[in-house]
Amino acid sequence: MMTQLIIEQLLNGLQFGLMLFLLAAGLTLVFGIMDMINLSHGSLYMGGAYLGAAATQASGSFLVGLLAALVGMALIGLLLEVVLLRRLYQRDHLSQVLATFALILIANELARMIWGPQPLMLNAPEVLSGPVDLFGISYPAYRLLIIVVGLAVAGLLYWLVGHTRAGMWVRAGASNREMAQALGIDVRKLFTGIFALGAVLCALAGMLLGPLLAVQVGMGEDILILAFVVIVIGGIGSIRGALVGSLLVGMVDTLGRALLPTLLRTITSPDIAAHVGPALASVLIYLLMAAVLFWRPTGLFPARA
Amino acid sequence: MMRASRSVLSGTLLGELALLSFAIILPWLLTALGEDYYIGFATRLLIYALAATSLNFVVGYGGMVAFGHAAFFGGGAYLVALLMTGGLLSAWANWPLTMLIVALLAWAIGAISLRTRGVYFIMITLAFAQMIYYSVISLKIAGGDDGLPLDQRSSLFPFDLGNDHILYWLALGLLAISLLLLKRLSHSRYGHALAGIRQNETRMEALGYPVQQLKLACFVIGAVLAALAGALLVNQNGMAGPGQLYWTQSGMLLVMVILGGVGHRYGGVLGAFVLLGLEEALAQVTEHSHLYIGLILLAVVLYAPRGLAGLFFKSR
Repeated sequence: MMTQLIIEQLLNGLQFGLMLFLLAAGLTLVFGIMDMINLSHGSLYMGGAYLGAAATQASGSFLVGLLAALVGMALIGLLLEVVLLRRLYQRDHLSQVLATFALILIANELARMIWGPQPLMLNAPEVLSGPVDLFGISYPAYRLLIIVVGLAVAGLLYWLVGHTRAGMWVRAGASNREMAQALGIDVRKLFTGIFALGAVLCALAGMLLGPLLAVQVGMGEDILILAFVVIVIGGIGSIRGALVGSLLVGMVDTLGRALLPTLLRTITSPDIAAHVGPALASVLIYLLMAAVLFWRPTGLFPARA
Repeated sequence: MMRASRSVLSGTLLGELALLSFAIILPWLLTALGEDYYIGFATRLLIYALAATSLNFVVGYGGMVAFGHAAFFGGGAYLVALLMTGGLLSAWANWPLTMLIVALLAWAIGAISLRTRGVYFIMITLAFAQMIYYSVISLKIAGGDDGLPLDQRSSLFPFDLGNDHILYWLALGLLAISLLLLKRLSHSRYGHALAGIRQNETRMEALGYPVQQLKLACFVIGAVLAALAGALLVNQNGMAGPGQLYWTQSGMLLVMVILGGVGHRYGGVLGAFVLLGLEEALAQVTEHSHLYIGLILLAVVLYAPRGLAGLFFKSR
């Protein structure tokens, strides 16, 4: 019984970690290559979830919704980069914080104006609503799909960044932007592409997590901070760091929430355990980040030499 | 520069005195106009101005982009409320004790955080603030998610803080004193050393300055002033709430500082006044005030790179 619970939670942790990776991958590249703090990255995730939920409701098909979310956010990402963000690269971090904080306010208010203050319903596809049998453990089919998609996208990104020409440019840009430019890489175009890719990954995460979490205003901010924690732990600009960081944070957070209250009950009174457990679980990932930064002040896999 | 300081009443000083006099008589004016609601609002402006000013000292003078100032601002509010629940009603004892505890906390957080720099410093201060947020909302004596209400305001014998006018004047006085103090500090040897560190840390280290300690001192001073603002806030609001510790509060204070003008003496004040003022004014005419605030902030970033203070004042 206990091992079954632990395996189930491990899978949940993997699933959460992979979704975090979708967000963190775009964020860490934007951060690493253009040295740009983008607080509105979470808004892209929210936008994807809203677009997808609305399109799913209108068409009745999850796949159509997914397609609408991906294409819609790719276009919005492109537009955002060309019209606004491009003008912020040369500015200091504080200006970027202010501008992208403003974008959060605008995005949240727009979502509220278009779709109202109530959360949108987004249901998983009918075929995936039941559980599947996984080596003797019954696990929700939809969550399993998320894991599979997450793994596939992670593999794709790994190949894209590690083994293609465009990926070589990306890595060159992350480790030394000026040098990459001097060698003739068009960093401007590269970054427009990266930003659009980041927006698509956000939309994918938003759409996939939509049926599990509520599609509502403010969903971006909660997960944004987690994504930042991930890329800081992993080392800014490093895709590998983002993957390791995502899985670490996903596992620690999920397992902490599921197991800590139970563990605490064995050493303290149930009353205290019920109160301290969830709080301690929430603190765990920040503790992890502070500890990583204490011993490795530039993260686990620093992209810059 | 020399000429300006030699004339007894320079233009800036006259303006400052005029503004201060206006601020002093404002509560009477509002009461006479029958707009007592706005005394509370004005008090809130002053409190946030103090909090933003304290952060501006850390960011603008110390050159440290701290993203966890809510821990000290909200932490001050919570500590005052906790000590009052424990029976320590006198502000004379309660508030200094609160500031002392926050100073120790900031010293510990700062000492660890200053091992990192740049973006990593931003994130580690955020991490500590979030840890404090989650720890506090799990504490039963701190009221959990509901926060900690106050039965009455702190007592500040011989003054009656229950009177809204008195609380307003107290906030005004503390803001004015803090601004004066920070001005003196920035012109002192310490202030010049901080300016040197901001320009070139390595050079200052080579010159033999204890760079880490000087920065840590700046971080702690900012935190203590934020705690003082928190003490005022809990009295104004009548409660300490989890929202005051959450990262969005840190973000809000940072936005105020950047909006007003990083490193400008009045940057924090200006930013707090404009942001809260806009929020209040827009809320009267539209449901979607945040949309317009966002657009205004964007315009400021694009067209006023040094913040509002950079538009109005030439030097800092």
